[in-house]
Amino acid sequence: MVTFLNVVIAGLLLGGLYALIAMGLGLQYGVARVANFSHGEFIMLAGMTTWTLRTVFGINPLLSLAVCGPVAFVVGYLLHRTLFRRLSASSPSPGVFESRSMLASFALLFIIQNIASIGWGPEMRGYSYLHIPVNLGGAVFGANRLLTLALALVIGLAFYLFVARTRMGKAIRAAAQDPATAGLMGVNIDLVLALCFGFGAALAGVAGMFISMCYPVRVVMGQEYTVIAMIVVVLGGLGSIPGSFIGGFLLGLVGSVVTTVDPSLSLVAYYLIFVLLLLVRPKGIMGK
Amino acid sequence: MKTPWPDPRKVWVPALLLLFFLLLAVLPRARPGYTVVLVYTIVMYVILTVSWALFSGPTGYISLAPAAFFGVGIYASAILGRSLPLPALVCVGGLISACVALVVGAVTLRLRGIYFAFFTFGLVELLKNAVLWYEVRYTGTRGRFLIPVSNNTVYYVLLGILVALLLTAYLIRRSRYGLALQSIGEDEEAAAHAGVNVTLLKVMTFAVSAVFIGAAGAIWAVRLTYIDPYIAFDPLNSFLPVLMAIFGGLGELYGPILGAAAFSYLREILITRFAYHYMLLMGIILLVAILYLPNGLVGLVQRWHQRAWRGRHANT
Repeated sequence: MVTFLNVVIAGLLLGGLYALIAMGLGLQYGVARVANFSHGEFIMLAGMTTWTLRTVFGINPLLSLAVCGPVAFVVGYLLHRTLFRRLSASSPSPGVFESRSMLASFALLFIIQNIASIGWGPEMRGYSYLHIPVNLGGAVFGANRLLTLALALVIGLAFYLFVARTRMGKAIRAAAQDPATAGLMGVNIDLVLALCFGFGAALAGVAGMFISMCYPVRVVMGQEYTVIAMIVVVLGGLGSIPGSFIGGFLLGLVGSVVTTVDPSLSLVAYYLIFVLLLLVRPKGIMGK
Repeated sequence: MKTPWPDPRKVWVPALLLLFFLLLAVLPRARPGYTVVLVYTIVMYVILTVSWALFSGPTGYISLAPAAFFGVGIYASAILGRSLPLPALVCVGGLISACVALVVGAVTLRLRGIYFAFFTFGLVELLKNAVLWYEVRYTGTRGRFLIPVSNNTVYYVLLGILVALLLTAYLIRRSRYGLALQSIGEDEEAAAHAGVNVTLLKVMTFAVSAVFIGAAGAIWAVRLTYIDPYIAFDPLNSFLPVLMAIFGGLGELYGPILGAAAFSYLREILITRFAYHYMLLMGIILLVAILYLPNGLVGLVQRWHQRAWRGRHANT
């Protein structure tokens, strides 16, 4: 019973992180149509920055949330306003834009990774914060990890309400369905798409900060999270924010079950689920 | 009056190509040492890029699987290296890669657009993790050593693969299969209605492109002499062919060749001059190319050509 509880809670903890990452990529691809292969690099940047703030300047990781999120948002927003907006204006069709923005994201990946490796080198970096054991009916987890889950849930819910209930959220949903028509209906489409890209980067930043609270971080960690984010986004259904959220938890549970067998196989298991899903239901669980 | 001569292009282009390959063939005698290493590195990237463009160019499916096929070739070579002679090793590397491509293609080629890119990108991570797991668990070590061969051998094998690949690409392009592939890229449903066996054609072409990537991987493993899953399944080997092909331009057969040659030469220079910043510089060059050269080097060449042509008209 305790092992069962252990596996479920570990899965939820992992799932919270996956959900945030996937929601970020879901916004960037589902709405702004940028298949952002540098998503994981934003996660890495935030994780490494949090580590630096914590170990060099002694700043509380939760305070660096106030740095990583907004800074990532501004970077993402400006990137869309300058680079991707330009690409979209010069591309003859959405398909062409899709492949060219993907290429541009490879270039971003190279640039970010190179700058980060100059700054931080190849070592694993970790710090200890709130490393207090908490007993949950026999299953013991660190307070830091439980805190990340709580915050991930709050952020996920807040984001969902923002998209589901506000005027801007409606504009985002309209842009996800059909950007051209949304633009004709008076939605400031350039602003909405840039905001979505910025929010995606901000979610990556927040997730990166959480990851650094739970695991050691390093400059080459980004790729793995990019792959996971892509799997979850497809699992949940492209363009569906609740789908990404639920998909993240689902994959987290799978990861937790596989980890009890052999931790190094979790990515292999995710991929097999991805294959099965694409064969059985390529639209994803919440896709239409 | 009709000239008795055939179209001069049909004489000149093959003649120049033949001369070029003859020059490449005698290169190790004329300039041994670093030049050979430089040229075979470029040839390796040309092979990856042209193979990638063979499938992805006409169909428009962006495959990020080259690193997976390359890694499969590397591992085929590492595992069988002691029991097979080199030419057989290269062929086997290609064939095993093609088998992987057949399976992957059969499963995934019904996916359109970005799904296919995500899937093939994940494939590289999957194989890396699976091989790493196997090696650590069953062989107890992470890497493998291979028996090295001379630089000239590597050079000639890669050159041989390149010639075979270019012939294949040329023949496919001018055959009815090339036309059918093109039609898939333009409108898959219309192609299917016109009687093209869409799935079979896609899977077969995917496998053909994997043969050459796998063969190149098999010989590259011998050149590396030490390999582990991180080296063999480096995702850069998926990104670079795509970027090089786009850098060259996909419209013509010579586009990817030009792009790969120019870009890999540039990369070698950047690596030797700016070892710590070359990825950064490459990223910037790529961004500039994506923004200002939407049709690649081929587009640039065509624009010059047009301008020269118009200039001549204006004078007469």
